[in-house]
Amino acid sequence: MAQRIGRYTIGLGNTAVKGYASVVGKKEGEGPLAAGFDYISEDTAFGEKTWEKAESRLQKDVLSRALNKAGATPDSIDIIFSGDLLNQCIGSSYGLREFNIPFIGLYGACSTMAEALTLSAVFVDTGCAGMAAALTSSHFCAAERQFRFPLEYGGQRPPSAQWTVTGGGAVIVSRDGTGPLIKEVTIGRIADLGVKDINNMGAAMAPAAAETLKDYFADTGRKPDDFDLITTGDLGSDGSELLRELMERENIKLGTNYTDCGLMIYDREKQDVHAGGSGCGCSGSVLCSFILNNMCQGKLGEVLFLSTGALMSPMSVQQGESIPSVAHLVHLSSGRK
Amino acid sequence: MAVTNMGYGNMVKRKSKKSPLLKNMLWAFCVGGAICTVGQALADLFKQYGLSLLDASSATSITLIFLGAFLTGVNIFDKIAKHAGAGTLVPITGFANSIVAPALEFKSEGFVLGMSAKMFTIAGPVLVFGIASSVVYGLILWIFRLF
Repeated sequence: MAQRIGRYTIGLGNTAVKGYASVVGKKEGEGPLAAGFDYISEDTAFGEKTWEKAESRLQKDVLSRALNKAGATPDSIDIIFSGDLLNQCIGSSYGLREFNIPFIGLYGACSTMAEALTLSAVFVDTGCAGMAAALTSSHFCAAERQFRFPLEYGGQRPPSAQWTVTGGGAVIVSRDGTGPLIKEVTIGRIADLGVKDINNMGAAMAPAAAETLKDYFADTGRKPDDFDLITTGDLGSDGSELLRELMERENIKLGTNYTDCGLMIYDREKQDVHAGGSGCGCSGSVLCSFILNNMCQGKLGEVLFLSTGALMSPMSVQQGESIPSVAHLVHLSSGRK
Repeated sequence: MAVTNMGYGNMVKRKSKKSPLLKNMLWAFCVGGAICTVGQALADLFKQYGLSLLDASSATSITLIFLGAFLTGVNIFDKIAKHAGAGTLVPITGFANSIVAPALEFKSEGFVLGMSAKMFTIAGPVLVFGIASSVVYGLILWIFRLF
């Protein structure tokens, strides 16, 4: 049964992954993780007329696939936690409206995967839900037009800019799941060290990831070496370097077992994505492919999965505000140790 | 965190990769120069076909705007601009792109509130300051001519 460990962490009992799926776009399907995705859409529009509809379609597809793999039906899911980057989270609400499952829409920017997984796990562990679904998505084209420039606009991206992943992941959580256990979750605090550069989100989010990791290690007494993999959501190359340095200042050394989903999903040189991938779908699709696949195959035992979110809006950026960020952590265990 | 905002700002500056300025400038110089050369060639061509200097200049601008808009429509402009930067942005081709790109992007929100309204989201400020400064220069010129 869920119980608080230390100040920021919640320990869980027998809550496990029952099924999961990932759906991505063409560019992600050309990256190094291609073999692990459940479905790669050759059509960036996913057969729809607008980018927003494409993202909703992606959510619908990814949930359907996760339900299939879990051997579950929509009727058996007690609650669904989902969110995306679009205004008013329409990717989720339009994509999931046909399922008739009690729905809570989340906004945690790119931290949504860990946020949804945390809430699903707590709901299941406390008995508030028998089976819960956690999902998220992002779409490059829909995010660009909302946060940056039209697709055909001839702009130049700085080296610190990241590429929003077209993709999504869905995890079905239940007490009788046979997949990896969700052992602990740490809910992050909002961190803001004054970064204002919208093209350097990794730098804005690194302090949030550092705080959450530090909180988790302090609460549980565990060390980075206890894990086979520690991964952040989308800090990219600059942000993950900054995280390492911030952690070293706290006397916590992250070893070669640390990486970032944004660095894994693309071949950064060949695919011209500058500092790496970003977006809710970045950590969502990497969790629901590479990470959970390897855990189920016994190649990864203990994993710390963090999703990092930058909580600004285009308006707050135009008003000259700095970028507040949050990072949530989920400890997944294949139960071998 | 054991770091201040200012300390972190310095850390970010130190860790973040810089834009390759020399490479960007070379690209901008070559592509921008090439566009201007094409413009000059067009102007000469129009003059050869009997247009006056003023008409040839207008025809050149119109042709370059068309080319910028056309290349935007067929998804080529942004691929060149990614490397060329200011080289494609500063000539009139950049202005064409900045209007056509949002027009294409926002047509899904309808003809009036989408395409037509959003067409000027990027070019709007250029128009405002362009027109405002030409009024100021016009006034200065007018004052000088009084004497």
